[in-house]
Amino acid sequence: MSLWSRVANAFRGEKLNGEIAEEMESHIAEAVEQGRDPVEARRAFGCDYQQRQQRQASHEIRVVGWLEALRADIVFGWRQLKRNKVTSIVAILSLALAMGACIGAFRLMDALLWRPLPVAHAERLYAISRQAITPQGKPIQSDSWAYPSFTLMRDAVKDQAELIAVSPASRKDLTYGSDQDMEKANVQYVSGSMFQAFGLRPAQGRLLAENDDQTPGAHPYVVLSYDYWTQRFGKDPQVVGHTLRLGKDLFEIVGVVDGPFTGTEPGTVTDIFLPAMMHPMVTRSDASWIRTLVLVKPGTALDPLRQKLSAISRAFEQERAKGFTGADLAFFQRIIDATLLMEPAGAGISSLQEEYRKALGILGVLVAMVLLIACANVANLKMAQSAMRSREMALRVAIGAGRGRLVQMLLVENAMLAALAAGLGALFAWRSAPLVLAMIQSTNNPVRLLLSTDWRVLGFGVGLVFCVLLLFGVLPALRASAVKPVSALKGGDDNPHSRRRLMHGMIAAQVAFCFLVIFMSGLFVRTFASLANKPLGFSPEKLLLLDVISQQGQPPVVWDQIADTLRSVPGVEKVAIAGWPLLSGGSWNNFVSVNGAAPGPVMTYLLAISPGWQETMKIPLLDGRDFRSGDTAPGQAIVNQTFVNTFFDGKNPVGKTFQERGNLYQVVGLVADAPYGNLKDPIVPVAYIPFHEVSAQGVAKPETRETFLVRTSGVNPLALASVLRKAVPQARAGFRVSDLRTQSDLVQAQTVRERLLAMLAAFFSFVALLLAAIGLYGVLSYSLQQREREFGIRIAVGARVGDIAWQATSRIFLMVITGAAIGAALGFVSVRSVQTLLYGVKGSDPLMLAGPALVLLAIALLSALPVMVRASRIDPKIMLRAE
Amino acid sequence: MKKPDSLQGTLDLLVLKILSRRPRTHGYGIMAAVKDCSDDLLRVEEGSLYPALYRMEEAGWIQAEWIKKNSGRRARVYELTADGKKQLGMEESRWLSACAAINQVLRTV
Repeated sequence: MSLWSRVANAFRGEKLNGEIAEEMESHIAEAVEQGRDPVEARRAFGCDYQQRQQRQASHEIRVVGWLEALRADIVFGWRQLKRNKVTSIVAILSLALAMGACIGAFRLMDALLWRPLPVAHAERLYAISRQAITPQGKPIQSDSWAYPSFTLMRDAVKDQAELIAVSPASRKDLTYGSDQDMEKANVQYVSGSMFQAFGLRPAQGRLLAENDDQTPGAHPYVVLSYDYWTQRFGKDPQVVGHTLRLGKDLFEIVGVVDGPFTGTEPGTVTDIFLPAMMHPMVTRSDASWIRTLVLVKPGTALDPLRQKLSAISRAFEQERAKGFTGADLAFFQRIIDATLLMEPAGAGISSLQEEYRKALGILGVLVAMVLLIACANVANLKMAQSAMRSREMALRVAIGAGRGRLVQMLLVENAMLAALAAGLGALFAWRSAPLVLAMIQSTNNPVRLLLSTDWRVLGFGVGLVFCVLLLFGVLPALRASAVKPVSALKGGDDNPHSRRRLMHGMIAAQVAFCFLVIFMSGLFVRTFASLANKPLGFSPEKLLLLDVISQQGQPPVVWDQIADTLRSVPGVEKVAIAGWPLLSGGSWNNFVSVNGAAPGPVMTYLLAISPGWQETMKIPLLDGRDFRSGDTAPGQAIVNQTFVNTFFDGKNPVGKTFQERGNLYQVVGLVADAPYGNLKDPIVPVAYIPFHEVSAQGVAKPETRETFLVRTSGVNPLALASVLRKAVPQARAGFRVSDLRTQSDLVQAQTVRERLLAMLAAFFSFVALLLAAIGLYGVLSYSLQQREREFGIRIAVGARVGDIAWQATSRIFLMVITGAAIGAALGFVSVRSVQTLLYGVKGSDPLMLAGPALVLLAIALLSALPVMVRASRIDPKIMLRAE
Repeated sequence: MKKPDSLQGTLDLLVLKILSRRPRTHGYGIMAAVKDCSDDLLRVEEGSLYPALYRMEEAGWIQAEWIKKNSGRRARVYELTADGKKQLGMEESRWLSACAAINQVLRTV
């Protein structure tokens, strides 16, 4: 109560003084009424000076002193900001842009990489992975494990840690009713013990428990996430007990998880949790499909635990290796020798993290540099401003203001600037982070990242304000408050050189950062350009891809009939079938042996296709023939040029044979190279085989999923989407389109990260350039103002205009060149750290270094031009008379 | 120059006591009461009374209110709060025990 009244009084200082004076007068009047002499009564309070002191003392008792001073500073600071409107707006906008970018980048990085999962003991959660060395000597890391291996490890370390298996979340077709009502949802297979280990509770029904994870295929129960329950079922409590069908299996919904837990993969929101025991590959030792999370018990030493796990994993793989020989064994030895790594996974673990960790890191560095540039800019603006205010400061010092008080006053002003900028920046970040997220969306890979604004973001924002204040506010405030009244009142700055030196240093730093940002963005733009312009080897335009599923599985002939039906749809030019589209991420590889020799060390990639596939894709047939309707797998194969170069020394392969896992294939055709799974990797050897697979007895195998490739005659292939969606189930009951994409989408999805980096880096280099130009102009025009008298004298005694312009700007140009040199050196050193994100461009390319240097020089000239003109127009008569 | 204050440390006690007997008294009234009740032996200086009043007000022992007097002038009157009553009790007992102690010393030496 009393503190509150003192706080409140701080905001009504004048009124308070009035009240104190009034009470004093009232006292005197009372005394006079009681018969005292008025003069005597007044004198009782002491002389004038004592009275003032008493009032002051009374005042100080009744207010929180520092708060009143702060309030005065804020009012005064606001007035200062308003007085220098242009400077303030430039400062606030440039800081807001930079701070907004920082906050936006933080929100993204936090949501993807750092925010702990909403589970108990996230700080004790680790993930294990294996790191092997490729024959090329490169380390590769995999966090996929076979379930039987997981079981062995789980049981062995039971006392030190709880092991939890989680499959990667995947988008599956499922239905709550008939086949006609198929829909998609993200499902994740998890250990039954996960819910208890994570301290999760049910909102409805029950959660999965260890009992639900005992026998393969025997626990048809699922649990929904709260988010999915809300969105799909509107929180209907009746949903418990309902069934859903996934593939051929029926599952019963037994409960809903309470709280925000939506799986362990940032970037993917899991809708439905299934017991790991229900996964079709749960018993297979040769299929790695789960991630292994380790919830370490308190007080357990990590390294012994890691070694124990490593020993068990190694023993498991050695047991498996017993059946292998030759190249397979050599290959397998690398898996056996792999190092087991245990890394913190409190923030969850996802492939999106792996893909974007580095890119986001680079983005963070770029925005930090933009922030530094903005800070240097504002520091320079403030420094120039404080030169104008040196007389005011001198006056304040002369009438007794302490230095601390002055620094506080200036810092308050700067803090207001920073806070305003942060507010504006937060608005910017609020809009921009979802925008960036939208940019990394692709039809292939729907990303849903939970971007929440909470105390973490708020804390970061507040920290940022302090950092920014420290960077741009403290130095100018210290400098301005160090004014010596005598020299300032005499009319000169006490030491203009030191101030200018500081400002020039800032310019050099600014240019160096600017150079670095432009250099980096140049690299990323070139990377994107060389990927986007890379010759594909096939034509993705007007190509529609229909992923079609048949729950029961149908022999290839039936699929051929559907292709025939689609061919008759108006607007369709060609139709072919493949196991999956190129560049879709689908992959199947193995070692092949040529001419009966042992399998070589190079992997061959396989893809099942129908006749007419290469024609539909527009991949040139170089030799031999296309598949015919009688061709089968095993039986015939078409290979690509790289396959021929790798295994047949480039000689005509038609008629030759190779073996894959005991199956014999005869090469009937040769096609040109096309990228298989990834645009960035070198072309791999590919063997195309007929999708008509037959068993050893010659019986056709049923297929449950194929992709139809439809080349359309119209420019926009999606125009046919709805027609084709309907045409498939009409052609044959039991078939339906699960996914519909265009091949162009898949090609674009290959460069999503590169496009993101290129666009953002280009945007930031534009901002950096703009800020640098403003900074250069500001400092140049300040130093011209400082030296106008000098130039006036020089002109009066006969200096030429060119000399004056040179005098006014040469120092700055020197700083620009110094800064650019430092930036180039920094760029040269740092390029190695971004090399993995680059494609088709080298950081040591002189062109990449020359570009930013030229751009910066041009910007420097541009911002110096108005100053040069002004310098050359100085009229010595006016200038000298003015003083 | 500051006059040595004979009432050092006991000013609060006196003011609180007076306000407990005569609530809603203004500054001059308190000063007059000290003088009257002590038969002119004790005097409170204006210069120390008001800062003390403000201090006690901020400490929450007393509260003040502006009232309009018949003459049209405003006066600020003070009264004890609940906290002030407690404080008065404490100060009083402290004063009494201090007195008793001093008396004892004076008697026994």
